[in-house]
Amino acid sequence: MEAYSEKVMDHFRSPRNVGEMENPDGVGKVGNPVCGDIMELYIKVKDGVIIDAKFKTFGCGAAIATSSMVTELVKNKTVEEALKISNRAVAEALGGLPPIKMHCSVLAEEALKKALDDYRQRSVKGASEKAA
Amino acid sequence: MKNIYLDYAATTPTDPRVVEAMLPCFTEVYGNPSSLHAFGQTAKHRIEEARHTVAFFIGATPEEIVFTSGGTESNNAVIKGIAGARRDKGNHIITSKIEHHAILEPCHFLEKQGFEVTYLPVDEYGLIDPVHLEKAITDKTILISIMHANNEIGAVQPIAEIGRIARERGIYFHTDAVQTFGHLPINVNELNVDLLSASGHKLYGPKGVGILYLRKGVRMLPFMQGGGQEKGRRASTHNVPGIVGFGKAVELAKMEMEDERLHLTALRDKLINGVLNKIPHSRLNGHPTRRLPNNVNVSIAYVEGESMLLNLDMEGIACSTGSACSSTSLEPSHVLKAIGLPHELMHGSLRFTLGKPTSEEDIDRVLTVLPVIVEKLRSMSPLYKKEVKS
Repeated sequence: MEAYSEKVMDHFRSPRNVGEMENPDGVGKVGNPVCGDIMELYIKVKDGVIIDAKFKTFGCGAAIATSSMVTELVKNKTVEEALKISNRAVAEALGGLPPIKMHCSVLAEEALKKALDDYRQRSVKGASEKAA
Repeated sequence: MKNIYLDYAATTPTDPRVVEAMLPCFTEVYGNPSSLHAFGQTAKHRIEEARHTVAFFIGATPEEIVFTSGGTESNNAVIKGIAGARRDKGNHIITSKIEHHAILEPCHFLEKQGFEVTYLPVDEYGLIDPVHLEKAITDKTILISIMHANNEIGAVQPIAEIGRIARERGIYFHTDAVQTFGHLPINVNELNVDLLSASGHKLYGPKGVGILYLRKGVRMLPFMQGGGQEKGRRASTHNVPGIVGFGKAVELAKMEMEDERLHLTALRDKLINGVLNKIPHSRLNGHPTRRLPNNVNVSIAYVEGESMLLNLDMEGIACSTGSACSSTSLEPSHVLKAIGLPHELMHGSLRFTLGKPTSEEDIDRVLTVLPVIVEKLRSMSPLYKKEVKS
């Protein structure tokens, strides 16, 4: 079994931004119990900028560390900038992941994309409601 | 902070008395046991002493003991060697779904060569029903291989009964005794086994040495061919230090096994009861009493095994998990699958295996630390929120 990097262990030991969010502007839920990892990512957006992000994760060390890292990476980024964050970027920010754990970073990217999607749909809906 | 090792089923430390017995075999007794001169014969004498010790320990004769490189080799040798030697008699092998990979993989290999393999199911406790076994036998069955005790959940199988059925039907019976050898009493005649595998490093002996018990008259193809050592049954220059170490480990097990069993059974039950009482939504995997004296396997709902394992490791406590996330295949444990655990609970499994040096304080420490870790991980788990609040 390949060991985790110091950065991964740091984020696993003291994960940033854990917990639920009240009235989030976007939520992304990915994974399932069969694969063993479940991630929920919440974002708060103001004037097109992500001002807060939180997560809850059931999963291994890499799943927790990538969740933590992705919340750190999106904060203070515009929605457009956040959309460009790839799973590789998350893994690199963590000083790399064992090859077998790369799927955890994919999960983190998917959770982020879903949360951003959810935010866009909500804002479109909000705008059309305002217009009506 | 004291480090607490609770992964004795993975491997044990070599007993210093074993190391002491081995040391002269590196520098003084270095002859090749196959050589006729005094250097060789002194070494040969040492390995024959070890062979006697091992044989009498399990009610066998010295000629029936073959030294190998370990449990994996012994298991491979049996499955492939019996299949090869008895192919004209039939092509059917019976084993179980919860065997070690060192049995399952050779069986999968044989399936590709045209053999048929029945993988017997187990009940919720991981136990094999001899009635199932009897029904699975056909006139093509040439070998039955059932492990003595399971390495993950500790289930101890009804080996004597399975052996009796095999004998009545005239089928060779092998048991993988890697987890029991040197820990539980074994007599090959009482257990009705024809072949048995064991490994040195699971009983405070060295790594890289094991045995294969081969009942007199059992024919199998040799796994290693070469210089004809071990009466042509396993070629390769003898691992003299390893074999001597194995012999010493058996000698010590003979004297200390019963005390170890009593000591560990009490600690095992304390740990099981402690976890089940202190951690809500936890369960024991395997049978409460028909289990190895040193095995604790629990599933803790809403949290994942590897993250528990890493947190325990940060506290200096070493254990293992059946979670997919911690395996190289990303598949959850085939044993936990076979006992019918749902995915969430397979991912949340932890195995603690105790050993001679384990103390009551060690167990108390685990029982103090683990609930805090579970609480922390549950507070991060989206599953906990949903299932418990609803």
